[in-house]
Amino acid sequence: MTLNEFFNMGGYAFYVWTSYGIALAVLLINVILPLRQRKKLLGDINRAAKRARRNTT
Amino acid sequence: MFNNFFHKMASPKYFYGIAGSLIPWLAAGCALLFVAGLYYGLVKAPPDYQQGDSYRIMFIHVPAAWMSMFIYVVMAGAGAIGLIWHIKLAEVMAISSATIGAWFTFLALITGSIWGKPMWGTWWVWDARLTSELILLFLYLGVIALYNAIDDKRTAARAVAILALVGVINIPIIHYSVEWWNTLHQGPTVTKLDKPSIHLSMLIPLLLMAFAFKLYYAVVVLMRARCEVLERERHTVWVKELAETK
Repeated sequence: MTLNEFFNMGGYAFYVWTSYGIALAVLLINVILPLRQRKKLLGDINRAAKRARRNTT
Repeated sequence: MFNNFFHKMASPKYFYGIAGSLIPWLAAGCALLFVAGLYYGLVKAPPDYQQGDSYRIMFIHVPAAWMSMFIYVVMAGAGAIGLIWHIKLAEVMAISSATIGAWFTFLALITGSIWGKPMWGTWWVWDARLTSELILLFLYLGVIALYNAIDDKRTAARAVAILALVGVINIPIIHYSVEWWNTLHQGPTVTKLDKPSIHLSMLIPLLLMAFAFKLYYAVVVLMRARCEVLERERHTVWVKELAETK
């Protein structure tokens, strides 16, 4: 099998690669979202704790 | 000893730590399975005698559809455990599963649609299998919307668990839809009591991809659950200390 044949997928290139592309996007999104959420949460919690300490002293 | 283990695991703080150290190993296993599955699925497996190369969409469509149902059952099960024994962590696992389940359902529907166009000549038909899978997506979205609509997270978790449990009825309907109704969608070739009616060269990549998806779910559900734990425990000392060291 040549590389050209591989990418051509027997004429179904559009359908096959669109499917795999969407799958890749979905898998990436679901890793990126919780990573970003965790970073944001830790930042928020840290800021809130600092603010609370400043207000008490 | 086992009691002690479960007691510890149910504590959000220990869960956060253990989940954090498990994630890299699960992710490594997942990556290996994906590489193997994609190699055997896209390169080694021969074209189908009827569908040509278009059938390779199966290697993501079928695992995604399996996961959409599997995650729903996990979500409802965890919801029930939270409902009965008031275990916070079960509530966390249930709601963390919902979003991922919704994404897998979306993936199963859209890849099915893209596969349907060249094979059936249409992107969509209102037949039993497709419609019941679409209802599954709405059930997931309902669970997420309901959870976000209620401010108190513990009340929200209870409401969501009940909704999820009622919706479980849809799971056998999806599975048997291709047998109970006349449908364009083909019947099961793997998940049946008989020998799988699929050649080994196609079954192996299918199973590799299915296990890859399963490990992927394990990774992302733990990532989401850790966020949910942080959010719920944000006023505890250990979370504040953790946030400061980051």
